[in-house]
Amino acid sequence: MKILVCISNVPDTTTKVKFKEGDSLFDDSGVQWIINPWDELALTRAMELKEDAGNSVNEICVIHVGGASADATLRKALAIGADKAVRIDACPADAYHVAGQIAEYLKENPFDIILSGIESSDYNGSSVGAMIAEFMDYPGISSVTSVNLDDDDIQINRAIPGGKQVLKTEAPFVAVVQKGIATEPRIPSMRGIMMARKKPLEVKPAVELEVLTESIKFELPQEKGACKMIDSESAEQLVELLKNEAKVL
Amino acid sequence: MNFEFTEEQLMIRDAARDFAQRELLPGVIERDEKAIYPTEQVKKLGELGFLGMLVGLDYDGGGMDTISYVLAMEEISKIDSSVSVIMSVNNSLVCWGVEKYGTEEQKQKYLKPMARGEKIGAFLLSEPEAGSDATSQRTTAVDMGDHYLVNGTKNWITSGKTASTYIVIAQTNPELKHRGINALIVEADSEGISVGPHENKMGMRASDTHSVMFNNVKVPKENLLGEEGFGFKFAMKSLEGGRIGIASQALGIASGAYELALKYAQERKTFGKEIINHQAIAFKLADMATEIEAARFFCLKAAWLKDQGKPYGHASAMAKLYAAETAMKVTTEAVQIHGGYGYVKEYHVERLMRDAKLTQIYEGTSEIQKIVISRGLVD
Repeated sequence: MKILVCISNVPDTTTKVKFKEGDSLFDDSGVQWIINPWDELALTRAMELKEDAGNSVNEICVIHVGGASADATLRKALAIGADKAVRIDACPADAYHVAGQIAEYLKENPFDIILSGIESSDYNGSSVGAMIAEFMDYPGISSVTSVNLDDDDIQINRAIPGGKQVLKTEAPFVAVVQKGIATEPRIPSMRGIMMARKKPLEVKPAVELEVLTESIKFELPQEKGACKMIDSESAEQLVELLKNEAKVL
Repeated sequence: MNFEFTEEQLMIRDAARDFAQRELLPGVIERDEKAIYPTEQVKKLGELGFLGMLVGLDYDGGGMDTISYVLAMEEISKIDSSVSVIMSVNNSLVCWGVEKYGTEEQKQKYLKPMARGEKIGAFLLSEPEAGSDATSQRTTAVDMGDHYLVNGTKNWITSGKTASTYIVIAQTNPELKHRGINALIVEADSEGISVGPHENKMGMRASDTHSVMFNNVKVPKENLLGEEGFGFKFAMKSLEGGRIGIASQALGIASGAYELALKYAQERKTFGKEIINHQAIAFKLADMATEIEAARFFCLKAAWLKDQGKPYGHASAMAKLYAAETAMKVTTEAVQIHGGYGYVKEYHVERLMRDAKLTQIYEGTSEIQKIVISRGLVD
């Protein structure tokens, strides 16, 4: 059984976000890049499935659509334990474009399980996994909190409001994973970092695909106002401030 | 000259940073206060390969260069120097010596488990009467034909109780003075070895520092490291590399304190503005940042020389001296910037200040580094 993990290369979560060219583009100067946290958890679960002697998982491949600047991120995925990395050499335009590129790769290189993080911590598209399923006509399961394999039986838990849903499906399928899929991402070991040198990182040319959306402008959220602490005894002062200063009453 | 780190070196730095934040930060204050040995943390450090990162892949190590080691030591020392000293001693004093001068049998038997982090090593040089003056070894290793008989006391031994493998420096031929000193691999559970109580230290309180006493301990002849009489030179060579580890530790203590002070100075307001906007504080931070960067260059230069196979003893002494003095100065200023909060444990900087003091003392005091440096000036 082979698992493909989709990887987004995203700015470190402590990055100070700035835009350029009339706020139409993210300014990536000086940015430190990391594996999208949801994708890193997906990779962790893939590793656990491979390490479970009872499972027949024999290959984990990570895939990314983007430029060469993402190679360091892909090599980190190899150091964590992926067997192989593939980068589709394209400037990702939107979720449809990324999913289309991955689907084209899948047509030539089939996998049994495709894992995708529920969202990326940069553009927050939340669409790539579902679109891959649609392109490939595979079952696409969202909000996945666990994937368990027992020979050919595949059991999946989904988060639903106030509880969970348990599903069965057959490979190949796409799971869009979220919190709970693994406890915490793995730190690459020294040996893993050394071995990553020898593992393949293939760069594939992109296919021509229509771009359906165009980003016009970005805006940062409004800065949070200062916090005023009101003594619990002073309810009147609180009402006064809400009425006359915040003007919400 | 290239100031860029490789992708691998950055990956190691990030792995060390993640490990320190995730595994070492929780509980670091309690471990320090109650002097609790970081058993679980050291085990995980070993599993990730940090305890043997400088050892070659053939002997189950990480096969990393010394620059990567500096980066990892800095990140781990920012959070917990009690852990990084265990890592430094295991890597650069114990594993290095066995890999460099040990026989194939010694490497298979002793080096591999230490490189995998399954066993911890300790370096036994200091004695009650022989600290900085390492030629005055009172511990004896009498040649009994088929074994050495070791007697004496060693002081201030990092990992003294936890270690399974000791490298013991002892006098075999007193008439030859320092040329009569040997280096022996001694199994810590050998008959006749006893370990003294945990030293109640000012800083790095969670690492286990003990005296180790030898009473008629039989050590097989095949456990001699290098040639007969090589022990003193072996110890000095080991310390040359060890100083890169402790210099990097001091660098980490300084940069950890600086990062906390910088953050605090941007949050704390007095007289209507953040204290970083008061020149008195801003200039302190400017000095701290500059001196830390200089210490980092010293450490990396010594590491680079070692990786290139060039002499590095002079450079590592300069790195150790400068980084230790910087750590003491920067941590003191970090406490000052924090004001009263800096004097309580919750804000970490008082612990870093106590830890910094030790870097000026162990593996060669700052004064000994000046002797090494000044002698190198006229060689």
